[in-house]
Amino acid sequence: METVTITMKNPPALYLEADNVSPDGFAGKTAAQIAELHVHEGNTTSTLGKYFEVSGNAGATAADTKIIVKGDVKKVKYLGFKMSAGELVVESSMDQYAGGWMTGGKMLVKGNADAFAGTAMKGGELTIDGNAGNYLGAAYRGDWRGMSGGKILVKGNAGSDIGMYMLGGEMIINGDADVHVCTHAEGGKVIIKGNCKSKIGGQMVGGTVIVFGSIDTMMPGFKPSGEAELEVDGVKAKFSHYIGDTGERKKKKKGQIVYGDLYQKI
Amino acid sequence: MSEYIIKNGHVFDPVQGIKGDKKDIAIKDGKIVDKVGSGAKVVDATGKTVMAGAVEIHAHIAGPKVNMGRIYRPEDKLFTCTPTKGMERMGGGASIPTTFKTGYEYAKMGYTTAMEAAMPPLFSRHVHEEIRDTPIIDEGAFPVFGNNWFVMEYLKNKEVENTAAYIAWLIRVTKGFAVKVVNPGGTEAWAWGLNCLSVNDPVPYFDITPAEIITGLIEANEYLGLPHSLHIHPNNLGNPGCYETTLDTLKLAEGYKAKNKFGREQVMHLTHSQFHSYGGTNWGDFESKAKEVTDYVNKNKNITIDTGNVTLDETTTMTADGPFEHHLTGLNNLKWANIDVELETGSGVVPYIYSPSISVCAIQWAIGMEIPLMMKDPMRCYITTDHPNAGPFTRYPRVIKWLMSAKAREAQINAFKHKDKVLSQTSIGSLDREISLYELAQMTRAGPAKSLGLTNMCGGLKPGMDADVAVYNFNPDKPVANPDDIEKAFSRCAHVFKSGVEVVTNGEIVSNGHKRTLWVNAKVKDNPQVMRDINEKFLKYYSMTQANYEALGHHFVPNPYTLEVDAT
Repeated sequence: METVTITMKNPPALYLEADNVSPDGFAGKTAAQIAELHVHEGNTTSTLGKYFEVSGNAGATAADTKIIVKGDVKKVKYLGFKMSAGELVVESSMDQYAGGWMTGGKMLVKGNADAFAGTAMKGGELTIDGNAGNYLGAAYRGDWRGMSGGKILVKGNAGSDIGMYMLGGEMIINGDADVHVCTHAEGGKVIIKGNCKSKIGGQMVGGTVIVFGSIDTMMPGFKPSGEAELEVDGVKAKFSHYIGDTGERKKKKKGQIVYGDLYQKI
Repeated sequence: MSEYIIKNGHVFDPVQGIKGDKKDIAIKDGKIVDKVGSGAKVVDATGKTVMAGAVEIHAHIAGPKVNMGRIYRPEDKLFTCTPTKGMERMGGGASIPTTFKTGYEYAKMGYTTAMEAAMPPLFSRHVHEEIRDTPIIDEGAFPVFGNNWFVMEYLKNKEVENTAAYIAWLIRVTKGFAVKVVNPGGTEAWAWGLNCLSVNDPVPYFDITPAEIITGLIEANEYLGLPHSLHIHPNNLGNPGCYETTLDTLKLAEGYKAKNKFGREQVMHLTHSQFHSYGGTNWGDFESKAKEVTDYVNKNKNITIDTGNVTLDETTTMTADGPFEHHLTGLNNLKWANIDVELETGSGVVPYIYSPSISVCAIQWAIGMEIPLMMKDPMRCYITTDHPNAGPFTRYPRVIKWLMSAKAREAQINAFKHKDKVLSQTSIGSLDREISLYELAQMTRAGPAKSLGLTNMCGGLKPGMDADVAVYNFNPDKPVANPDDIEKAFSRCAHVFKSGVEVVTNGEIVSNGHKRTLWVNAKVKDNPQVMRDINEKFLKYYSMTQANYEALGHHFVPNPYTLEVDAT
């Protein structure tokens, strides 16, 4: 596997959209060619080389390419956009859309990732060592197709509206999550090891939410359905089981109303 | 203005009956002329196809419901934005592009005139502001009349003359072009939570039937002698078995003759006929009735139609047929927007995915193909996608590919998941007709121009007409190796001229042209009763005053082109 290191040398004044920074965008290119790839700052288009020092050539394919992003990229969006294979490591915190629409490969953000990390993700692994922002693994604005596959691990806390319109895949938050988890979800699994605020699973018609800590207020549409013993992420424990959102009237399956599951550790 | 001569191209022009002969087209002062001086700029069109600029008869490209779609579907702009480039301003959107992208995309495909198919009169100012911001193409807008309180009150008492006076007033103040009817009576009934699913369902409160609205508006339209005929989206759109309502609607035109000075021959234009040609009783036994509808239209010369081809894309449906959009959101469970327009109309917006793996969508695609292939006279059947309802207008090249190549159609049928169902529920499998370039020029140029009453202006290459010319990288002498070459050739023109200005070169925009707004100024005898009624309705019911209603002046219609009609 070939490694390309890009280091921030001229931090942008406005936010920088670097949707070419992914193993797929770099594959088959030399350091000089990578420096010529387009990035957008505000309404102007310029090249990656204007902002980053590029060293190392990429592998022939995305799977053969590893990218390390160094320096301050707090104002850079879309790193790992649509990546399908290979590896991407961001050594500091980044802005929105970390690994958005990714279909494969591994992405690691060592700092925090802002909102919309793993948006509409279809496959691969996204790990965030710090905290994740709002709309983690959610659908794009206005869209109804959220994360449908792959795995997200957040070692810190997550923001609000995570897993909105989630269709599949798995998300583990080691810390706490804010309000509105899995709104409109139709599938997938979200595990929150810390506490949650209110409004979990509003209009949920499928999928599973597992909370280890406390939930501020339960949605009125969730009704208790006994207890269950589950093994979650290597931990065996007893959980109280709720199904909902029973307030959701739309039928997602023919002639049958389907609900999601919510488990809370006893 | 510069002079041009387009040399050695294969010219297809139904107005003059030219069927692919090598001919030079001369342009001077914005018009097609017989010859130009030796200083004229030469455009070499050797081995290329030359046609008049295409005319779009029905698309939703400007106004509040298009904008509603833009606002509530940010995901439509995802990955489709293009930055500023040369003459082009930034644009975005797939099924509901921004105004600038709309103008550029039409021009790049060789379209130079387009009609916004449904203008809510109350929001005509918004429609004209968007038309103003759509570069290059000439545009007109059809105000909707089918659910208008004035029209229903006059026609209930058979007051055709008053209806005509009201139409003339409304078209003048809204700078409209033609009389559009959407689900006559049904959208008004929707305000009561009801609908009119046949031409004989009474409209609540007004006690009038859709049939009376339609015949009354045909009479008023011919009384005025407007350039375009009644433009109708009948009741019961998009339901299995709706073809019977369609035939009932078409039969209402029997006995009426066109009366106008614009060369138009029809009294009714049935729009997006694909959505109105469904048989069966439910989505399970859903089938094509394209044959029944086209048989009727083939026999009756006073009707023209457009197709409304499904292009198998993710798109945004939007129509003034409010109850239909409510029905649709119940089918696909996606988001829904509903708008009521006071005394005039309503509308709804719902995203929709025409998936090739769903049998109903595949059958809809097949019906859209059957209609143009079964129509005997291409001068009376025009290609549309009812943009964006059945698909975005940017898919016209693909529709042209399917119509011009039986091989391309076969490949698409084989790609459907429910191929057998498509073949059993439609007769697409037995149609091997391929549309010729001459027929294509009839269906996209001369035909719609004639139907719109613009036959002296656009849709042809006769000296004296506006110099709207499209040159395609398509050699009619060579056999088509791969049907995709057709799509490619019709996607990006080699050259496009709009009123004598070169606007596209090698698929790139080189000028923003001098776009015009087409509107009709119909003069009628003074009618104090109608004026008093209008005054009264504004005082009693409208949320705005008459002074704020009119789309006038330089701000809304900066470059008008007026078609004068005298019915005094």
